[in-house]
Amino acid sequence: MKREDFKDNEYIDQLVEELNATGANVVVGKLDELLNWSISNSLWPLCFGTSCCAIEFMCLGAARYDMARFGFEVARNSPRQADYIMVQGTIVHRMAPVMRRLYEQLAEPKYIIACGGCAVSGGPFKKSYCVVKGVDEILPVDVYVPGCPPRPEAMFYGLMQLQRKIKVQKFFGGVNRKEKIADFFANHPEMEGQM
Amino acid sequence: MFNFGVVTNWINDMLLSVMPQWAATLIECIVIGVILLLLYALLALFYILYERKLCAWFQCRLGPMRVGPWGLLQVFADMFKILIKEIIPLKNTDKFLFGLAPYLVIASSVIMFACLPWGYGLQIIDYNIGILFILAVSSCGVIGILLAGWSSNNKYTLIGAMRSGAQMVSYELSLGLAILTIIVLAGTMNINDLVWAQEDGWFLFKGHVPAFIAFVIYLIAATAETNRGPFDLPEAEHELIAGYHTEYSGIHYGFFYLAEYLNLFVVSGIATLMFLGGWMPLHVPGWEGFNAIMDYIPSVVWFLGKAFFISFVIIWFKWTFPRVRIDQMLAFEWKYLMPFALFNLVLMAVFVALGWHF
Amino acid sequence: MVNIQEKISKICPSATFEEGQHLLVTVPDKDWYQLAKALKEDADLNFDVLSALVGMDWKDSLGCLYYLTSTKNDWQMLTVKVATEDRQNPMLHSVSDLWKVALFQEREVYDFYGIKFINHPDMRRFFLRNDWVGHPLRKDYDANPELNPIRLTDEADEDKTCSYVEENGKIKKVEGRVFGEDEYVVNFGPQHPSTHGVMRFRTAIDGEVIKKVDVVSGYIHRGIEKLCEDLTYPQTLHFTDRMDYMSAHMNRHCLCMCIEKAMGLEIPRRAQVIRVMMDELMRISSHLLSFGCMTMDLGATTAFFYGFREREQVLDIFDKTCGARMSMNYNVIGGVVADLHPDFVKDVKALCAIMPKRLEEYHKLFTGNIIGQNRTKGVGVLSKEDAINYAITGPSGRASGFACDCRKRHPYAIYNELNFNEVVMTEGDSFARYLLRLKEIEESVKILEQLVDRIPEGEIRAQVPKIIKLPAGRWYQQVEASRGVFGVFIESDGNKNPYRVHFQSPCFNLVGVMDVCCKDHLIADLITIGAALDFVIPDIDR
Repeated sequence: MKREDFKDNEYIDQLVEELNATGANVVVGKLDELLNWSISNSLWPLCFGTSCCAIEFMCLGAARYDMARFGFEVARNSPRQADYIMVQGTIVHRMAPVMRRLYEQLAEPKYIIACGGCAVSGGPFKKSYCVVKGVDEILPVDVYVPGCPPRPEAMFYGLMQLQRKIKVQKFFGGVNRKEKIADFFANHPEMEGQM
Repeated sequence: MFNFGVVTNWINDMLLSVMPQWAATLIECIVIGVILLLLYALLALFYILYERKLCAWFQCRLGPMRVGPWGLLQVFADMFKILIKEIIPLKNTDKFLFGLAPYLVIASSVIMFACLPWGYGLQIIDYNIGILFILAVSSCGVIGILLAGWSSNNKYTLIGAMRSGAQMVSYELSLGLAILTIIVLAGTMNINDLVWAQEDGWFLFKGHVPAFIAFVIYLIAATAETNRGPFDLPEAEHELIAGYHTEYSGIHYGFFYLAEYLNLFVVSGIATLMFLGGWMPLHVPGWEGFNAIMDYIPSVVWFLGKAFFISFVIIWFKWTFPRVRIDQMLAFEWKYLMPFALFNLVLMAVFVALGWHF
Repeated sequence: MVNIQEKISKICPSATFEEGQHLLVTVPDKDWYQLAKALKEDADLNFDVLSALVGMDWKDSLGCLYYLTSTKNDWQMLTVKVATEDRQNPMLHSVSDLWKVALFQEREVYDFYGIKFINHPDMRRFFLRNDWVGHPLRKDYDANPELNPIRLTDEADEDKTCSYVEENGKIKKVEGRVFGEDEYVVNFGPQHPSTHGVMRFRTAIDGEVIKKVDVVSGYIHRGIEKLCEDLTYPQTLHFTDRMDYMSAHMNRHCLCMCIEKAMGLEIPRRAQVIRVMMDELMRISSHLLSFGCMTMDLGATTAFFYGFREREQVLDIFDKTCGARMSMNYNVIGGVVADLHPDFVKDVKALCAIMPKRLEEYHKLFTGNIIGQNRTKGVGVLSKEDAINYAITGPSGRASGFACDCRKRHPYAIYNELNFNEVVMTEGDSFARYLLRLKEIEESVKILEQLVDRIPEGEIRAQVPKIIKLPAGRWYQQVEASRGVFGVFIESDGNKNPYRVHFQSPCFNLVGVMDVCCKDHLIADLITIGAALDFVIPDIDR
């Protein structure tokens, strides 16, 4: 994809600028580039969906949209083998610990896409007594895809934004993640025994 | 046909002229080992792409397109990524066995891979009991799978491993009997001799009806042996998440993934060797011109081409049939396939004794 | 009606009656069980289906409304009201041994209102975490988020259950466990590829044989019913598209009809026809998805893609007319929101023309496959009696021989003018359910063909007042959604927002038979049965 198609994302432009400003060793930089290329082109999703968005995600995999073109089709059912979770649908209180655990079970480098209004902010169910108002309350989110449900094209756009974001990350400088697992256990000591 | 033995002998002679025997052997072993592993990895990558493309075409899709021309670089991206993925250490597991399992699986598949006759004069090990050796090594893979399922300390992996154990032990019988049928026909277990015995016609054609039946039995049993659909119960995605390798991540999972595809190649290679004449070109008696043209095609191409074709058929199975259930699968093996294979063996013995084969 | 009233007063003299949409019988709790038994078993009454069980909070009392249907008696409906004034420790008698469907329904009521059901074998919460504070649908519920923060810990004591047993007039709490100490419990879900969402089954297995299935729901419970109480009627509509997203049009049609019925609104014929056509298109799309998912769950991944290919064609029609592929928000009170796209007729004709060929292809791909047949035939057999007892409607019910098509039994919109067959099979196994869906696609195509050239000109929307207020009262409306009879219950107190809305979803009942169907089958059959019953989780959890 061309850079011109994506000039709308200030956040990524800023990341690119930062990367250019600090500079990198040639060898490390090239290695970084290779790894980022491979990670961004081999994003294996976790089969995860709670409601309507999951059906649109199935359409994404089906013949017309065919996410296999990008190499995204190797949907893994085990979080340990997946690269990202596309949170499709509402996350409710009962699901929250499960969701959190799924995230912890993903192997690094891992990414989260909040897909659909419910995952972004609670969507139409924001006022409900048991809906998590945006999945970012419990997980660090990389890309938000609004819509109810987002069209497959929008999901592709979100996925490509994730690819762009990965391409400007520094692998040796750490994956973009807001909270380390160690910090998480420090904050939730009761979870440790259950993992 | 070009004999690759000329090249390898030349290299051997050249090395011997500058160094003693032991050093030459050592260097040769190392070189062969490196080439073998590289080839293994490359072939596995090719197979992954092959299957992904094929399955996409079966499903009116395009398959990988964006990474490299026609998605050719897709598998390299996958490989690099899986290399750097985190390997998650688990609590409450047998760490040694958990770590050992993927290596067992991959080792058994590499050793089988090493035994295949690649072309005229291109063969690493030439035993007089080559086929028996391949069968023996292939059974080691199941230990790795059982270990993986057991040591993960997870109910899904355990069920997957138990299914796998039951499945592989059962279908090994039919597989062995199908191969034995051909051995009866050929009268040798030596891989090289097996290939040469098919110079005047492939066993599939030479062996009359029993060889054809053996071929079908072999294909079914081989599909089951490689844990592929419709016999992919051990990892039955929609039942057991990912079966015995549910808890594996990173390159450890990558090993299972590679071994799965390479086993597909290995069983296709053995089918090629046993039924389709190994690297022997297709000869039709009487068509001299045709035969001469066929001889121009290098033997390696013949071998790979036939193996890819058989793999294509096995992949075709997977993307066409629904998955069988564990009880149906075992019933099928023990009630139908195995007795049939036994009967077929007797039939072949009768054919050979009476000289009814070509 | 007089007949029923007389009979009931004979059985239960304390009952009072109220005319309405359906006859409403109010009985005190102490007589309720005895009346229920009579209602179900009496040859003349024979109310054998518990269509809906609605928990209610009337502020001065808590209670339930039971919507009963008699399959033998011309699908007549009856409403029974049972209430208790004790708000601290409300208790009613359970009817779960008469109508098995009440097993889960009563747990839902307990979860929402805290009403404990005496003699119910398993009184756990159904949707909410077991450490949840309060009962959210009560009018005096404390919605303070500090009481129920987002907890990132697992629920403790999942296995603990209790029941309230009546002995010599005294009620005793009996603690118990769902699974025995020595049972090997394997957990499926909530994140599992074949539970079609976030359903969770805890299964006790012996080898690979399933001994017991415990359904744990609520992983996508969004509290739609409570949300509706704070919204105006037009605002409540959009939730219906997001419950069973595979029958979005039907669900919304149902809610609109319920409101329209309460308002006494006449719908223009063009709108009626459009609604019916959209319903049938939705049914095709839903059954195609169900075909795809079921084949995929059985391992025939390729069939899934073929089903989705045609589904895209249906979605294109929706996309052009409604402006969205899913969550169309097309029906509104009084009609539909926008007129048909000029391509609509052409597209529908193209779809009708291609479907028979495609169906043949599906049959070739999966139906005739020997492995597919072995996997589905005789798996998860549900008898007709069980189907009625568990109120299993839709394709799953009809596969068991329970002719329950709401389009035939309680015709709505213009269905009584249409010529189509109600497909009924008697095997009751997964294969019958699968085949029945494909046959229903044929029937839907037939309906579309009848209508596509006869869409009348005219208004697409009736005139509706700016502010919609319903008169005080209660209404219950049913439609045939893709997965069964979908019911909407509205109780109004005359305001512009409903006092209580209840959605009676077909999938809720479907998941109730998982235990019955799966017993003594293998793990792989759990997946088959789940796929063949084809429940949509957000529809269960709401």
